[in-house]
Amino acid sequence: MSALLEARNLVKRFGGLVATNDLSLNVRSGECHALIGPNGAGKSTLIAQLAGELRSDAGTIRFDGADVGRLGMAARARRGLVRSFQITAVLPDFTVLENLALAVQARQGRHYGFWRRAADEPALRDPARRLMDEIGLGELAERKARELAHGEQRQLELAMALATEPKLLLLDEPMAGMGPEESRHMIALLQRLKGGVSILLVEHDMEAVFALADRVTVLVYGGAVASGAPDAIRADPAVIEAYLGTDEAEGA
Amino acid sequence: MLLAEQILNGAQFGIMLFLLAAGLTLVFGIMGLINLAHGSLYMIGAFAAAWAGNATGSFLTALLVGMGAAAAIGMAVEAVVLRRLYARDHLDQVVATFGLILFFNEAATMLFGRQPLFARMPPWLAGSVELLPGVPYPAYRLAIIAVGLLVALALYLLVARTRLGMLIRAGNSDREMVRALGVDIGLIYTLVFGLGALLAGLAGVMAGPVFSVQVGMGEQVLILTFVVIIIGGIGSVRGAFIGALLVGMVDTLTRAFLPGLLKALLSTSEADAVGNGVSSMAVYLLMAAVLLWRPRGLFPAHG
Amino acid sequence: MAKLTRAKFTRERILILVGLALILAYPWGVAAVGQPFLIGLGARILVMGLAAASLDLIVGFGGMVSFGHAAFFGVGGYVVGILAFHAHDGTDLLGVIPGSNQALVAWPAAIVLGGLAALAIGALSLRTTGVHFIMITLAFAQMLFFLAVSLKTYGGDDGLSFRPRNLLPGLDTRNETSFYYVVAVLLVGFLILARRLLDARFGTALRGVRENERRLAALGIAPYGIKLAAFTLAGAVAGLAGALMANQARFVSPELLHWTKSGDLLIMVILGGLGTLYGSVLGAAVLIILETVLAAWTEHWMVVLGPVLVALILFARGGLWGVLAGTRRS
Repeated sequence: MSALLEARNLVKRFGGLVATNDLSLNVRSGECHALIGPNGAGKSTLIAQLAGELRSDAGTIRFDGADVGRLGMAARARRGLVRSFQITAVLPDFTVLENLALAVQARQGRHYGFWRRAADEPALRDPARRLMDEIGLGELAERKARELAHGEQRQLELAMALATEPKLLLLDEPMAGMGPEESRHMIALLQRLKGGVSILLVEHDMEAVFALADRVTVLVYGGAVASGAPDAIRADPAVIEAYLGTDEAEGA
Repeated sequence: MLLAEQILNGAQFGIMLFLLAAGLTLVFGIMGLINLAHGSLYMIGAFAAAWAGNATGSFLTALLVGMGAAAAIGMAVEAVVLRRLYARDHLDQVVATFGLILFFNEAATMLFGRQPLFARMPPWLAGSVELLPGVPYPAYRLAIIAVGLLVALALYLLVARTRLGMLIRAGNSDREMVRALGVDIGLIYTLVFGLGALLAGLAGVMAGPVFSVQVGMGEQVLILTFVVIIIGGIGSVRGAFIGALLVGMVDTLTRAFLPGLLKALLSTSEADAVGNGVSSMAVYLLMAAVLLWRPRGLFPAHG
Repeated sequence: MAKLTRAKFTRERILILVGLALILAYPWGVAAVGQPFLIGLGARILVMGLAAASLDLIVGFGGMVSFGHAAFFGVGGYVVGILAFHAHDGTDLLGVIPGSNQALVAWPAAIVLGGLAALAIGALSLRTTGVHFIMITLAFAQMLFFLAVSLKTYGGDDGLSFRPRNLLPGLDTRNETSFYYVVAVLLVGFLILARRLLDARFGTALRGVRENERRLAALGIAPYGIKLAAFTLAGAVAGLAGALMANQARFVSPELLHWTKSGDLLIMVILGGLGTLYGSVLGAAVLIILETVLAAWTEHWMVVLGPVLVALILFARGGLWGVLAGTRRS
């Protein structure tokens, strides 16, 4: 079975610190693959490497049948490998509609229109509106992104990534900073997306991970210590040790 | 033998640029401030020294007055204006310090007029030294090189060995950490700025007898200092040193030899025209080349 | 909320109409008060407004703080000056290009060369960001300044005066009022074009780059191309402004490219209001009028202007346009 994304033997060092340590990972077409691990395990570094924001010191990244290891972030995004950010990165002075219309424009790849108002282009406005309704931001179309509540900004963040019609979404902690209510909302949203788009999900919220993931990989010190179905991972002693720490594991 | 002399000239010019670049790059590296008025401090040093030297006849007095004036005015400006700009974006910093330049230049014009001021050399450095047989070189220029090398060494020790240096190396990004250590950051900033101003003043004092002391001298040299910093890498004293020597050499040597070399290819008048044009652009072309090769300079300070 | 937005919008519209009316009525007004020589001042304001508005495109909307915009202004001026020199001389530039004093030749040439200079400088400078970018644009502009100084054929340091103004078919450009209106039409034309462009796909992407470059790259929009296109466009318009300034004064000199000119342009943009487009013209008017008034009062007017600028930056955030239009933006 061919993988949509296949990363092999990735390495990233920052000075003496090894952030990604000979890591191999794949995401199959249509699956939701969760990446978990304690703080500092190198999850965000890995996402940045996969998205093309950080250059790997070694290893290969194949996506959708092509070697993308040398491409920059924008070029990878245009191929359908799109990330979202842990720290919300919507455009604060743009309205919700404008944020999404720009993401639609990014997918279309036509940026050198100099005369026609973007707001008057159905090709930009209509898909943006559709997505807004789908994601539940329809009421807020004309609000500036900076005026949104945190949970709404997270939704917009996700919607922008979706507007580019990605093949694979790299979601960096979509639930970061959300309350329980907002989290449930987001989980439901992701559940609806599942199957339509492949997802590599980095998340701390275990409830979310086990509700969404088809497979789970556990990252510790930049390397994968376990990978498999959610139930198997939950029972894996190496995972328990990584999460609870050696002392507690021995004491238990 | 002319070559040896021009290389020394290049080194001397480079050293002057280093004195300015070091202060500018420290202030940027630590406070995150781009200070266009750094050249004004150089001008203040030169004017104050020329005035004091002409009034007292003593070079030592001139030196102390020049450096003191630059440092004092520098620290005063830091306290009144610049420290309010540390947290601002670069655009605000640029425009506000541009306003300072207008003020200082015009104030200097009001005090000293538009005619260049004469700055005398100390008599004990007025002669020349025979470095190599048959190559006499002005002692004063040699002294500039020596002073500059001493300053470079002292700065190196300061940054590498002292507590202040540690804070300097911690840099802009770790400001919060430094604050958490219980250091009076405001005082450190004023001191670092004063040090930069002192060095700019020193450069101004020493430049007086070599170049002309006049309004606008600061900006000419400021822009070259920027070139130095871009080539060397922002925030790095070592980069500033290497960059300054490179710029000093390239500028001096192309001005001295390029028109002559071109005469082999072109007619005399054309060679002069093209040679002067190209040599006045040479350091900027060097900068462009460095940018193509290493966009962040030769010795980027952090990361 | 929506109502409030509309109200603000109307107020800005009124301001635009008032501005337009002022521009159109100015020559008539100065004639009415018996000061017709002030038409030249008006033309200068409009020309600098054009250059400043082009700078606002990259600084205010693109977030690229360029401290070298006068370089392109100067290139445009020198194109006009050099072509006029050869037209008068009957010689060819570099032995191949004949001179010209036709506006329809010289001005497009100024636009193209201003754009090309910006393309080359931008291609290099945009490899960096932030304070690097400021210093590098300043340094490259200084390089072109020295190039202009070294052009001994064209007057070197002293500059080059030429006569007459570039000719436009069907118009007497020597007539100050006619020339003023030519400038006004070009300025208004550019402002309309720029407004459309900023609301179109390109402008949306450009404003997006300013707000969050990383986000745009993550969406698949490479910021470099967008920024370079905007930088080149702004350079081309500055080239046109330089050509107009050369015509206004019938004189070009390295002063056009002096680094303080770049500083002046930035001040105009900030004074009028960053990212307001029309504000730049207002900023140009205020700065030039302030300079003229201060200069009449004391020879050392810069000793006043300098601290005024510092105080404006420290204490008065946002520009005049935002205050007047009630649309203060960050």
